[in-house]
Amino acid sequence: MARITAGVGCSHVPAIGVAMDTHITDQPYWQPVFKGFEKSREWMKENKPDVIFLVYNDHCTAFDASCIPTFALGCAAEFKPADEGWGPRPVPVVKNHQKLASHIAQSLILDEFDLTIMNEMEVDHGLTVPLSVMFGEIGPDEEWPCLVIPLAVNVVQYPAPTGNRCYNLGKAVRKAIESFDEDLNVMVFGTGGMSHQLQYKRAGLINREWDTRFLDLLTEDPVFASQIPHVEYLREAGSEGVEMVMWHVMRGALNDEVKEVHRHYHVPASNTAVGHIILENV
Amino acid sequence: MGMKKDYEDIPGTFVFDADRSREGYHLNQFCISLGKQVNRDAFKAGEEAYLDKFPMKPEQRQAVLDRDWNRLLELGGNIYYTSKLAAFDGINFQNLAGLMTGMGVEAYREMMVKGGRPIEGNRYKSEWGEEE
Repeated sequence: MARITAGVGCSHVPAIGVAMDTHITDQPYWQPVFKGFEKSREWMKENKPDVIFLVYNDHCTAFDASCIPTFALGCAAEFKPADEGWGPRPVPVVKNHQKLASHIAQSLILDEFDLTIMNEMEVDHGLTVPLSVMFGEIGPDEEWPCLVIPLAVNVVQYPAPTGNRCYNLGKAVRKAIESFDEDLNVMVFGTGGMSHQLQYKRAGLINREWDTRFLDLLTEDPVFASQIPHVEYLREAGSEGVEMVMWHVMRGALNDEVKEVHRHYHVPASNTAVGHIILENV
Repeated sequence: MGMKKDYEDIPGTFVFDADRSREGYHLNQFCISLGKQVNRDAFKAGEEAYLDKFPMKPEQRQAVLDRDWNRLLELGGNIYYTSKLAAFDGINFQNLAGLMTGMGVEAYREMMVKGGRPIEGNRYKSEWGEEE
């Protein structure tokens, strides 16, 4: 049977991808960002997932303002890196586990999560940056080390789904994965955040104390964390900090009790606090 | 009347809700079109002619031509969209923030390196001497 072994929380700042793609990760500005992922890359090699269920948000790439699904599951065979205005990232095409993805879609819909199914989709930095930081530099002619099932969550137009909804979706994702009859090591990634505001006069907001509490709660009291209202994210963690609701999908898919094996926090990457956590099911 | 908005008292911030989305629709659709090279080429060849394809309000169109980044947000633009226009001009997210905050690129970058804008004094409009 397929099983979920671990969850990863991780920011997906586009500038991190640019730093990797332009080979400037050793510069003093970037070095502390990437230092915190050295252990993670070792951990990924040791724990080698077959499939990553990756929760991210599309930044008006696959979905512009004309169509805004709250949850959209990638069911296509593959997903090409998109041109986001400065050309596609030089990283491999993302390959899906199509049978598992469609199994998850069916299971979730019967569990009353009304998903949008994507049979054609390009993916942006929201999806590829977490893969890059966790796997390291992989060129466009190579392959990602595992298959990836993307779940795109709307966090651009208010309201994003609630933390509670995301947490419960994670539970349903787990039920779906564990009822799939193939021996697979599956990891769930929740991406985005942490505190950041990209827009208008309050841009640059960072709230280290709030972020730290969020990471503590995520590990120790995920149900409480899932009840944080949107206005608290917006006010305390910045207008774009609301992305962190996506981490609750990851947490909901794990055991109630987890082991935190790694944490990394650094300010800044561009406008953003970089946060990262690895949680293992015990 | 719609629902009361509990996020309207956050200073220096536009929450991109359905009202803003509706107001900014054609402006945002113009911006996002610049994600494609063929459209970037067309816009480069003639901004006015390209803008004719998008039925936005005259003040929105003017803000595009003026690259008035804050005005674009005030008129329903969203940062994930307007950042495409900035990218067209060779301005990345961080430098765009430097412009929107009025701090300038260098001072903004310096603030971020030192830990970012603190939350203290930045939670409520009243702390900025603004009305809610």
